[in-house]
Amino acid sequence: MTLDEIKDAFGFFDSWEDKYRFIIDLGKSQESLPESDRNEHNLIRGCQSQVWLVADYDSSSNTMTLRIDSDAHIVRGLSAIVLACYDGQTPDAIIAHDMDALFAELSLLEHLSPTRGNGLRAMVSRIRELAHQHQ
Amino acid sequence: MNRSDFPILQSSADEPGFVYLDSAATTQKPNAVIDAVSNYYRTSNANVHRAAHKLSALATQAFEAARENVRAFINAGAVEEIVFTRGTTEAINLIAAVHRGALSVGDEILISHLEHHSNIVPWQMLAAATGARLTACNVLTSGELDLNDFHSKLSNRTRIVAIGHVSNALGTVNPIADIVSAGHAAGALVVVDGAQAVAHMPVDVSAMDCDFYAFSGHKLYGPTGIGVLYGRRELLEALPPWQGGGEMIEHVSIETSTYNRLPFKFEAGTPNIAGAIGLSAAIDYLHEQDWQILQAAEQELLSMCIAELQQMPEVQLIGTPKHRAGVVSFLVDGSHPHDIGTLLDQQGVSVRTGHHCTMPLMQHLNIPGTVRASFAMYNDADDVAKFAAAMRKTLTFV
Repeated sequence: MTLDEIKDAFGFFDSWEDKYRFIIDLGKSQESLPESDRNEHNLIRGCQSQVWLVADYDSSSNTMTLRIDSDAHIVRGLSAIVLACYDGQTPDAIIAHDMDALFAELSLLEHLSPTRGNGLRAMVSRIRELAHQHQ
Repeated sequence: MNRSDFPILQSSADEPGFVYLDSAATTQKPNAVIDAVSNYYRTSNANVHRAAHKLSALATQAFEAARENVRAFINAGAVEEIVFTRGTTEAINLIAAVHRGALSVGDEILISHLEHHSNIVPWQMLAAATGARLTACNVLTSGELDLNDFHSKLSNRTRIVAIGHVSNALGTVNPIADIVSAGHAAGALVVVDGAQAVAHMPVDVSAMDCDFYAFSGHKLYGPTGIGVLYGRRELLEALPPWQGGGEMIEHVSIETSTYNRLPFKFEAGTPNIAGAIGLSAAIDYLHEQDWQILQAAEQELLSMCIAELQQMPEVQLIGTPKHRAGVVSFLVDGSHPHDIGTLLDQQGVSVRTGHHCTMPLMQHLNIPGTVRASFAMYNDADDVAKFAAAMRKTLTFV
């Protein structure tokens, strides 16, 4: 799902139920990482849920390919929103993107809070670090 | 007790209120505690035990009255046995640190898989520093300690037994008097982590006969940043001090120092005076209650909560101890605890999810964590009903 499609969908929600059903479905629709990729190297530990991130950089196209998984559906769904922004983008575009602003626009900023301990903020930080390395 | 004593729990037309089921993490505070802290700063703030002025005398008097109040609350023999700390964690760290000179290779420290990280990591550090071995008693699927395993791991090599009074993750009330007497029979010191017990039952350290007992003010309707270490006087006398600084000394020269008497020997630096006064107010507030009524009401809420969850086929209770205080832990088939907690939060129900700082217990039970609903004196049947309704809605999502 593209970022525009996600934003469009959010425009139609008039209850928290609609929004969270969408996020959970979005999470369930994400392809899981194979067990071999759910390893210690790719793990971003949250206090309450865990996230795995597989990141590749293709120098010929100057883009980053990202795959994400989580043990919690809501975090997977939120990760899908992060992926819609970052996957296939150049390092410059990733660094320029304001994830806090997007999550605020979608009224999801609380999930990006460091106090949530869901691993999402740490994942965004790690993707941005990798982007810096390939800039 | 009146729920209206707790201002944060009051709802209004603008603020619909929330169902607070996270008291095992920290309890809400009654007006009596908030006012005591506020009044201290407004009327009697000064440093304690030093200045020759009226304000300092007032502050010292209130601070030491708080210590006496704590002594009586847990029925310790003497006020010298009450050391103020930042909380349970600091109290256990203190005890572990001052035993560095007392343990060596061949000695053992016995804990359990039920413990909070704060009753594990300080002992790991002590073991690493001394060469002593850390062993842990197994936990049954009921969430109760495997007492056969406990006895098999207890020996004349065991120097310290450190066990929680009540499990923060599962609510299990451990047979602490039996553990203390078994530990003593083996010649070990017994340290009890009382963080989850003090708000749920009367605690009598003299009857329990433990050597050390630790608890936090903030889980007892008091402020954060204040806690208590009870220690048997003869043991505290013999132990070396922990942190050095002001308050804890009798005389200092550049070369050496002599240390203050108990309990000040273990209270370096300016203490949390407001915290101690707030804790004392919380104890006064508890004295106005009737433990029998509080405990009966809590058991009723726990039973209602468990009965509601048992009607939901997707829900699996984690831990079914015969004696339970404060806590109900559970999982939902096919769902991560974090999803359940997030969806309950959307409905104004505050629970804790995750490993509850008991990662070894979660590994032992082979689960990623749990959803934990925990109760305090201000919760009522309406809270359980709202929680159950929110759970039923949550289950339609997952």
